[in-house]
Amino acid sequence: MNGKPESVRLPEQHEMVPPMIGPGHTFHSVTDKISSVVLTQRTPLWWFIGFAISFSLLMLLLLSVSYLFMKGIGIWGVNIPVGWGFDIINFVWWIGIGHAGTLISAILLLLRQEWRTSINRFAEAMTLFAVACAGMFPILHLGRPWLAYWLFPYPNTMGVWPQFRSPLMWDVFAVSTYATISLVFWFVGLIPDLATLRDRSESRIGRTIYGLLAMGWRGSARHWHRYETAYLLLAGLSTPLVVSVHTIVSFDFAIGIIPGWHATIFPPYFVAGAIYAGFAMVLTLAIPLRKGFGLEDFITMRHLDYMGRVMLATGLFVGYGYVMEMFTAWYSANPYDQYMIINRLTGPYAPVFWSLMVCNIITPQALWFQRVRSSVPGLFIVSMFINVGMWLERFIIIVTSLHRDFLPSSWGMYRPTFWDYSTYFGTIGLFLTLLFLFIRFLPMISIFEMRTMVPEAEVKEHAA
Amino acid sequence: MTPRPPLHGLMAEFTGPNELISAVRKAREAGYTDLDAYSPYPIEEVSEQLEGHASRVPLITLIGGIIGGICGFGLQYWVSVIAYPVNIGGRPFNSWPAYIPITFETTVLFAGLSAVMGMLALNGLPMPYHPVFNVSRFARASQDRFFLCIEATDPKFDREDTYRFLERLVPRSVSEVDH
Repeated sequence: MNGKPESVRLPEQHEMVPPMIGPGHTFHSVTDKISSVVLTQRTPLWWFIGFAISFSLLMLLLLSVSYLFMKGIGIWGVNIPVGWGFDIINFVWWIGIGHAGTLISAILLLLRQEWRTSINRFAEAMTLFAVACAGMFPILHLGRPWLAYWLFPYPNTMGVWPQFRSPLMWDVFAVSTYATISLVFWFVGLIPDLATLRDRSESRIGRTIYGLLAMGWRGSARHWHRYETAYLLLAGLSTPLVVSVHTIVSFDFAIGIIPGWHATIFPPYFVAGAIYAGFAMVLTLAIPLRKGFGLEDFITMRHLDYMGRVMLATGLFVGYGYVMEMFTAWYSANPYDQYMIINRLTGPYAPVFWSLMVCNIITPQALWFQRVRSSVPGLFIVSMFINVGMWLERFIIIVTSLHRDFLPSSWGMYRPTFWDYSTYFGTIGLFLTLLFLFIRFLPMISIFEMRTMVPEAEVKEHAA
Repeated sequence: MTPRPPLHGLMAEFTGPNELISAVRKAREAGYTDLDAYSPYPIEEVSEQLEGHASRVPLITLIGGIIGGICGFGLQYWVSVIAYPVNIGGRPFNSWPAYIPITFETTVLFAGLSAVMGMLALNGLPMPYHPVFNVSRFARASQDRFFLCIEATDPKFDREDTYRFLERLVPRSVSEVDH
């Protein structure tokens, strides 16, 4: 990141945009500020309150899953014709949220967008936790979840093997690869910071645990060289990976023949939706975190502004997806496809559809205005709308397509039960519990990458 | 085996990246070869002077990716054509386009894991013990200080001369690194 050509910027341009890091920071102050959240600061009261609420929700998940294992998926509202309900809606919603973390850490790294530095660590953590929530749902909805390992190709006494022509099998490989690579990427990014924590920790137990995790990292120049190469390669690999994962998720639908699913627009439309949802979630988390831990110098207004712009752009892609879905239905001259659209607009689930339009298409237009993008509450409200909107989008895609397909005699309605909601809110509890533990025990901003941003790090020409 | 030198080396501490870059260059010019620099974040200019040749991590990653791709496709071919052929809507047993997504995923998985394992292995990590940690000031190498260590295995290494050489680089301190 040193000797960067983009530092040759016009001075006026520099003054116009707010800085990427607050003034007066040094190697020491950056290290101190970020690591003190983990090591020395007293855990704030709001952390305990937040953790208690999240943990209670996690216990609700435990309860719901235990009951599910006892009774089977009959406790949910799914039935014929709507065999996929909250389980798959939540799966797609969570995995989409995860995608922004990879986008920020990988694609923005390759594009040399330095503003990613202060948000990539917790965005990656968000990815991991979202994938953990997502991964539960396909397993839970299997009916006999304890046999989930049958999905993997392993030699067994039954003499059967998986069916590799099915997108559901592709999903198994895509999601497990994504989870593994995200975990590795996140951990590799953490190694130098774990070494910092090891060297700064006052307690014996802290030194031992962080020391074990840091694996003896000592910041040797030769190590840094290989480290950076490996990190860049991982970023390069994660970029097509993240696109492939949501593409494959969209194949779960697009390869079926159900009107409303069988569309070639699905892969790009899903990927754009994933990034859209993910950035909304990053903002939803970043805004309280920077406030709670006083990290406004690192996650600046400029970061929030940029995230707002990414949301606006991806929101427009998603809007294009909606329009093309309707256009294709009309242009196909296929009565089933046409009815699917009319049913969405005016059928029994029309209120959900119109709420979706408000959340995903109308509200984000506020991001065109600088005033909204430079207002913290404004961004927070818009991001909450998008979080809800993206969930509604998956509801519309899944439920309205299934509940009225070809034969009116097989039409039906889907009504979620208490256990549908409890499982969903339970995974939000799991997500937030993991997130609270993460911000308490690991540096939520990459310390070593922040060091490269301070003025001291500037390499003078004569030295090189 | 030659007897172990009494010291691991001599270590100078600097306060900024520019001091470290020029110190490494001067040490190189003075003919030292066994040296290492330590910094709290990657500094390209230092790595360039120490690491003459390109790293082997990309090659390892490429090999890992190729193995992953072959394994992924091979698995699907073997299962669908040899071990458990099932007629799905009259499609050929080797319906290869349907095998591409999983082949892609296993390629990325193997390549990514090879990149990380390769990086760690070449760096010799995890390493529970290393002499540089015997210098108490070295704890700041992971925070805000920059270190240059000339190792005792260097043919030019001499306890007195090297010490004086390091002193001339105007470091913040020079320490002996015990084994």
